[in-house]
Formats: sequence, C-alpha cells, structure tokens
Amino acid sequence: MATTTGDPRLSIERLQGSPRRKRKESAVHGTLAAAAGISMVISFAIVIALVGQAIAFLSDVELGALWTVGWRPRSGEFDIATILIGTLEVSVIAMLIATPLGLGAAMYLSEYATPKTRRRLKPILETLAGIPSVVLGYFALVVINPVIVQGLFGASSTFTIMAAGIGVGILTIPLVASVAEDAMYAVPGALREAAYGIGARRRTVTTKVVFPAAVSGIVASLILGFSRALGETLVVAIAAGATSGATRHWNPLEPGQTMTGAIASLAIGSDQVKNVAGLNPFDSLYLVGLLLFVMTLGLNLLSERFVRRVRKDY
Amino acid sequence: MAAIAPTQQVRSTVELALRGTKRDVAGRLFQAGLLLSLLLALAILIVLLGTALVDAWPVLSTRVGDFVTKDVSRLDSRAGVRQGVVGSLILIGFVAVVALPLGIAAAIYLQEYARDTRMNRLLTTNIRNLAGVPSIVYGILGLVVFVKTLRTLTGPENFGRSFISGGMTLAVLVLPIIILITMEALRSVPKSIREAAYGVGATRWEVVRSHVLPYAAPGVFTGTILSLARAFGETAPLLLVGAVTGYLSTPTGRSPLEILQGSYTSLPTLIFSWSRLAGEGWEANTAAAIIVLLAIILVVNLVAILLRNRYDRKW
Repeated sequence: MATTTGDPRLSIERLQGSPRRKRKESAVHGTLAAAAGISMVISFAIVIALVGQAIAFLSDVELGALWTVGWRPRSGEFDIATILIGTLEVSVIAMLIATPLGLGAAMYLSEYATPKTRRRLKPILETLAGIPSVVLGYFALVVINPVIVQGLFGASSTFTIMAAGIGVGILTIPLVASVAEDAMYAVPGALREAAYGIGARRRTVTTKVVFPAAVSGIVASLILGFSRALGETLVVAIAAGATSGATRHWNPLEPGQTMTGAIASLAIGSDQVKNVAGLNPFDSLYLVGLLLFVMTLGLNLLSERFVRRVRKDY
Repeated sequence: MAAIAPTQQVRSTVELALRGTKRDVAGRLFQAGLLLSLLLALAILIVLLGTALVDAWPVLSTRVGDFVTKDVSRLDSRAGVRQGVVGSLILIGFVAVVALPLGIAAAIYLQEYARDTRMNRLLTTNIRNLAGVPSIVYGILGLVVFVKTLRTLTGPENFGRSFISGGMTLAVLVLPIIILITMEALRSVPKSIREAAYGVGATRWEVVRSHVLPYAAPGVFTGTILSLARAFGETAPLLLVGAVTGYLSTPTGRSPLEILQGSYTSLPTLIFSWSRLAGEGWEANTAAAIIVLLAIILVVNLVAILLRNRYDRKW
C-alpha cells in the first residue's frame, strides 16, 4: 500500500479525470436538460395562447350571448351549454361502447389468453388504435348511422350525435383496453395462486381477486378514455352534422354540435370577418378551446392519482 | 383385460370428483363474452375495411393510377390524392427532423440524468399531461404561435398557413408521446448494464451513448414509428393551422424554402373535405383516399409490430 500512495504517476489531477471528457459531459448534460425544458415552454405557450385570446374574446362579447338558446356564431349566439351538452352526450355514448368492450378485451388478454394467443390477439387492438379518426368519422357517417342509428333506433337524420358517439367509442376501446390490461397484468401472481389454491375458478379469480386489486388502474383507464372522447374532433365534425349552428337539445338522435366540432367548423368556415357588433365569431374558438383544455387536464390529473395508487399498493 | 375395467371406472370416478361434477357453464359463458369483445373489435376492423373497399371500387377498378398521381380537382372524376400524399410525407419529415432528436434528448435527460427532485418530477408529470391534451388544442396553439405570431417566418405570402406551421404543430403534438415512449424503452434496460460501464470508468454520457441507447434502440424505434404513423393520420390540428380543404394548385419550379412556406394539404385533410361533398363520385373518392391512407398506416404499423417481436428481449 505504501508503494501506491508514493507512486509519482498518481496525482489529484489524474484522479479528477481528463478535463476534455468532463467538458463534454457537462455540455451534453446541459443540452439534454434544455431539451427536457422545452416541454415546459410548450405548456406555458398553450396556457398563454388560450387564456390571452379567450380573455380578448370575452371582453368583446356581450356576456348574455354566452347563454342563449343555441350555438350560432354567425348570428352572435355563443351558447356554451349547447356544445357542452353535445360533448357530454357524445362522450357518454362513447364510454357506453368502450367500457364493456375495452374492459372485456383487457380481462381476456390479461387473465385468459395464453402468451401465444395474446401475441396473436393484441395486434387487433393495436391496429384499431392506429386507425385515424377521420376514417372512423367516415365510417360513422356511411355505416354506423344508416345501419345502427337509423336502423335500430329509428332516427331520420343523416347526421346524429349518436353515430358520432359510437364512432368515438370505437376509437376509445384500445386506450381503455391497454391501460386496464396493464393494471390487471401488474397484479402479483401470488394473489391469483392463493385463490386457485383454495379452489377458486378462473372467473372468480378474475372478478373477485384481480378486478378489485386492479380497480384503481381500471378507473384510471375509464377516466382517460372519457378525456380522450371529450377531445375527439374529426368523428364529430363529419358525423354529427350541425356545422353552421345548433339549437340546445338533449336528443342524441338529432344532429348536434360539440366543443371540438364547434372549433373545427369555426376554423374551416370562411366567416373570419367582424359582424355588426364589431365581434369576430372566429375568436370564440379560443374560449371553447380553453374550456376543453381545462376539462381534459382535470380528468388527466385525476386519472394520474388513481394510477399512482396502484403503484403504491404492491 | 377384465381386471382393468373396475380400476378404470374407479379412476374416472375419482377424476370426476376432483374436477368437480358440475360443468362451469357460467364461467364458460363469461370467458366467451370476454373473447367476444375482442372479436367484435376485429369485426369492426373488417367491416370498416370492407366498406371502404366496396365504396372505393368504382375508383380503384377504373383509375387507380390516375388517382394516386393526379392533383385535386373540382371534378370528382378527375380528382387525385397526389398533393395529399406528398403533403403528408413532407409534414412527417418535418416532424421527424424536429421532434425525434428533441424528444429522445429530453427522455435521456429525464430517465438517465435527472435526480428525483421536485422540479424533475414536475417535468415528467407535465409531459404526461401534455400527451393527454386533445389534438385540436395543439391546433389552437399552432394557430396563435406559428400562423399568427411567427407569420413572417412561417409563410409571409399566405398568412402563415404553410408546411412549416403544419409541421411544427404536429411536431409539438407528438413530442410528449415520443418522450414517454423513449423513457419507457430506456427504463427497461437493466441497471447492471449501466453499472458495468461505470465500473470501467465511463462517464454518464459514455454509458448512455454506448451501452444504454443501443439496447433501448429497438423500443425507441418501434415507438417512434407508431407515433409518426399517428401524426400521419392526424387531421384536427391541421384544420386550424390552415391545411387547404378546397382547391389547391401547386406550381412547379419553386425552391425548397418556397415550398415549405407555401400552401399545403394532407391526405387526411383531403378525406375530411371530400367526405363533406355530395354525390356518388365524391363518396367513391373519399373511400379510395381512405384506402390509400389505411394502406400506408397499416403497412407502417405492421413493420413496427414485426420489428418489436423480432427484437423483443427479456432480461
């Protein structure tokens, strides 16, 4: 040991490492941190863009115009309730489709499928997840509405809230299934084996052991699904109709307007001119966008809390 | 032989007693119900593809070559998707160039460099939330930032409604998804790999670059391919940042910058605008454009899934 401490080749400088490598290291560190920081910039930009423009619109519009009988931006009626009701209707119908199908698929893949069938069946959901929403919108218009909504429910309109809701539901299935499956898959095998050991059947294990153990994650999957359904645009823009305006109503068998649909039709509309009151109806989309952002953000934060609870348990 | 008969009988009685005498009918029904929900998803896919193919047949059977190589037109019998396909490819190229390096760098920082501080936890939560923001809200962001504020850079001649605005908006949209996917892939590389490299005196960056990244590469690759495919089919934000929904002429002989600052459209945008036009001809065109879009996306997804199965590694 004495020879080591006395070795003239070993100095404090050498133990500190080469300055060139250290410089490179800190340069890389800084670059990577800056890249990560950009996500913060994006978030601030979203909030500033939405809030700033929404306030500008609110200061121009007469507040009474936000509570009328319908959403007709061109004639100065910006009834938020109309598009809020439309959005909720579409999302609830979507979840009526996505909850049983998504959870059913998740349970089968997690509890029943052998690794081999799992590998074969999972691409179904992955393919469905890859279908662009504009395609589902077309599907809702030419198949779901005439066959299911008009055929089974007797609607007469070419465009209906219900067709859009079913289309959005189909799009939501893969998201619900994958989050719920992750939650159930994460339940420790020991819990299942304990139940099998006292003679439980597979269905009992699935519904009475795995499901309760994974319930936080399953709730999170449903909240995320609902949030996705709120923000879905193209299906609604194509299949729900009411591009120029809508009256407030609760009937899902009629055409209607949602928040996302309202933003889309304002964006592609040509009426970017001020109306008589000196108000640009186009600017109302910022207010609607802000509402949509706040709603989905709240739901996403809520689902994150549920997901964290799963991780804590085991 | 006669001596065996009673033993077999005993055996089957015992087996029956062990298995339980009742058949679990409810259990079987439950299992069938679960499987049915997966098969229903498959049925939806098949009906969707089938309908689109049948609707598109008038176009596919008569002028498929023209349809893919011709520009948009006011006449349904003349319209083609060339501008849409080219536009979407340019947009995706833009996304890949901007969002991939940024996203991978951010993920490396958060997964390999960042200590578990409050700030870094906030960053991760923030990215998770950004991934859940509806795409149309990103469209509003793009409208305010790229189309209105940065108009002089993005498209001085057409009110900022250009490839640059569209591409940047899509890049911002997929950035959080790429970060999350890359973080996941980095997380699955076992600690022992990193420790072995540290043990022989590598710096953090050397560990990441020569050891962690190569092992995480297949996961990063498939994940990013899937998110680019998602961006390819994305329509809603482009409606806000000015993708042309009507007639579009693309003059030839422009410089690359002029093209990027020029008006644009994308394949999904064409599908959206055609789906709103009346008449059988446009219905067939819409369906045919959907077939082109799905063909591109499904092939890309298939490649990604095959890559993943090929390189999937259990530690």
